Amino acid sequence: MRTIFYIIRKEFIQVFRNKSMLPIIFVVPIVQLIILVNAATMEMKHIRLSIVDLDMSGTSEKLISKFKGSPFYVINQYTFSIKEAEDEMMKGNIDAIIHISSGFEKNITRENSGKIQIIINAINGTVAGITNAYIQNMIAVYNVEVVTNIAGKSAVSNSPASINITNSYWYNPQLNYKNFMVPAVLAILVTMIGMILSGLNLVREKELGTIEQINVTPIRKYQFIAGKLIPFWIIALLELAFGITIGKLLFNIPILGSLWLLFGVAALYLLVVLGLGLLVSTMANTQQQAMFVMFFIMLICIMMSGIFTSVETMPDWAQVVDRLNPIYYFMRSVRMILLKGSGFKDILNEIISLALFAAVILRLAVWRYRKTA
Amino acid sequence: MGFSVLVFLWRKNFCHKGSNTQNYTKCLKIFFLRLIVIALPFDKLMKEFKGFVIKEFYHIFRDKRTMLVLFGMPFAMMLLFGFVITNEIKDVKIAILDESKDEITRDITSRLVSSGYFKLYSNLNSGNEVEKVFRKGVVKEVVVYEPGFSKKLGREKQATIQIISDASDANFANLITNYTSGIIRTYVNDINLKKHMPYQIIPEIRMVYNPELKGVFMFVPGTIAMILMLICALMTSISIVREKELGTMEVLLVSPLKPLQIIIGKVMPYVVFSFIDALIIFLLGYLVFALPVQGNLFLLFGECLLFILLALSLGILISSVTNSQQIAMMLSMVALLLPTILLSGFVFPIENMPRILQWLCQLMPPKYFIIILKNIMIKGTGFSYVWKETLVLAAMTVFFIIVASKKFKIRME
Repeated sequence: MRTIFYIIRKEFIQVFRNKSMLPIIFVVPIVQLIILVNAATMEMKHIRLSIVDLDMSGTSEKLISKFKGSPFYVINQYTFSIKEAEDEMMKGNIDAIIHISSGFEKNITRENSGKIQIIINAINGTVAGITNAYIQNMIAVYNVEVVTNIAGKSAVSNSPASINITNSYWYNPQLNYKNFMVPAVLAILVTMIGMILSGLNLVREKELGTIEQINVTPIRKYQFIAGKLIPFWIIALLELAFGITIGKLLFNIPILGSLWLLFGVAALYLLVVLGLGLLVSTMANTQQQAMFVMFFIMLICIMMSGIFTSVETMPDWAQVVDRLNPIYYFMRSVRMILLKGSGFKDILNEIISLALFAAVILRLAVWRYRKTA
Repeated sequence: MGFSVLVFLWRKNFCHKGSNTQNYTKCLKIFFLRLIVIALPFDKLMKEFKGFVIKEFYHIFRDKRTMLVLFGMPFAMMLLFGFVITNEIKDVKIAILDESKDEITRDITSRLVSSGYFKLYSNLNSGNEVEKVFRKGVVKEVVVYEPGFSKKLGREKQATIQIISDASDANFANLITNYTSGIIRTYVNDINLKKHMPYQIIPEIRMVYNPELKGVFMFVPGTIAMILMLICALMTSISIVREKELGTMEVLLVSPLKPLQIIIGKVMPYVVFSFIDALIIFLLGYLVFALPVQGNLFLLFGECLLFILLALSLGILISSVTNSQQIAMMLSMVALLLPTILLSGFVFPIENMPRILQWLCQLMPPKYFIIILKNIMIKGTGFSYVWKETLVLAAMTVFFIIVASKKFKIRME
């Protein structure tokens, strides 16, 4: 037992010998947390419009004033030339063009229907889809007003039915994207620190040659591995605690579930991550190799774990592959505990999977590390 | 004359009988290296330099695992972004709480389910069950019809549908509620068509640059930026720092090689590899995802070269501030890679970020590179539309090169 303690002490000394390590471990993640969480939003704030109104009638002007008055839109250009508007779009200054041709009001009142052309910059397909929905919604609402105005109330009763849609957003009534992103970013940070620290550790010793000296000591394999894992485990957990404190202070994220449960799951998850780093470490010969392989794996796992896009939108085969992704389980647990207050029973599935991963990976790492290389 | 030399080399290397794959790779490598030997001008000073560059290439070729990651990364990224990470909605599990259970509500429900976007997971019987079903985390949305739906619609011309969504994933919730509302609205329009609504405003939508709303336009430029930054900045800085850490840098510095030659020699292989990777990504985008490359190809590759230079200078700068590979790695990742992915407009649009962050994004080189790529590839614009961004990139490159050259010390301390 005491041997493990000595290794742990040595590791701590080594980590903190590098003066830049401490700020990197604690300050950088916090800065990242702040930046990332604020950056990661899909809210459409200011859809930049260009209005080409060739009709200049009462109807068209009222429609334009509706767009002007809404906080979602900002009108960057009024022009009479569609070519000018398209030029602006080419330059990237506007997101959508609303083109009302002359005779719009006449067409509505006389021939019962008038057309509006909406040209949307579709380079970002998702954003274009949402922009489309917003603009069409605006026009539909205005349409009802037009009908009421022109034909009076009687026409309304004769006219069509409408369905009121009310939206209720549970667990996050203001659609606060931060609540969603903070747990995600925390998980990423903890994963990265864990993997980098543990992954580079063993390879560094191999590269610098100091591993030879350890190999000739009577230390047992499991003692060595445990001694290497525990310091980073502690550091990563501390970081998680730090991150959650900042999350609560700065972003006021809800903590509905039990914090003990959260740290328990995190401790289990870290075993998996650190074990993975160690495994890569035993297989690589240089730090560069270890880092790249780890980065590769980490990037794929992070992307697929449901941080930026939901797992539900992934194709079926990808969802099956995702079962092997430990980050996916951790992410789900963190979100469910923090945002929904799920209890032990709800995340039993995730806990079992993580435990299984940890057992397999640690076993592999211990087996892979040979004292007589 | 150069051509005949090339032909001579080719024949010398490829006229082996019965060559298997290993032999072929070896031949390729030898041919490649000989090409460098011939290509670089014949000069006394250059002889050592050539040797150095060839040694660097050998280093990399020997490192199979890194090579695997280097060339596998583009494929993996394209696969991931192209097929796995989409914002498309498909088979999202929903639950219905139908308190009227009449023809109209059943109609709307069947429309929702047959749209392909949603899958009916369960029918709820009361409001209490909503919380339970959300807790389990499978159902993302519950659609609630109020009692007496059809009657209300017929008599008062208005009825209410409540969409309760699990907003712990706010983006997703927003998306699916939009889709649901869209389907309901289409239904309303359809039943109204039968009633001849007067004074209709009909919007005609045209999606430009990307009529099919393909997601590929968003991620290919970003992937290129990310991989170029990864290889040129990260790998370069680690390569240089490694020599420092292992002590072989001193050996290099006392050799007749000038420091400038050392740096250039070290980054040369990475320039080649990043170019190859960029090519791979373009090809994949074109072949697999039908990504058009409308603009001038020379301009495109010129801009790529500029960005590679920028990333290289950043890598050299990082390598000059630290002696430990671990620190170099962390610095590169944190200061370069993560901002490239998150703050450059790659994943999240810059326009939606708060003001302060938007200012920060202006400092990120990848942002300009991505704009340039998008303009050239998708809009097919010429130099006149991208000169501003190119100028910014060029200025940044010059700045970083100057700073890096000042910081690079000839003596080890």
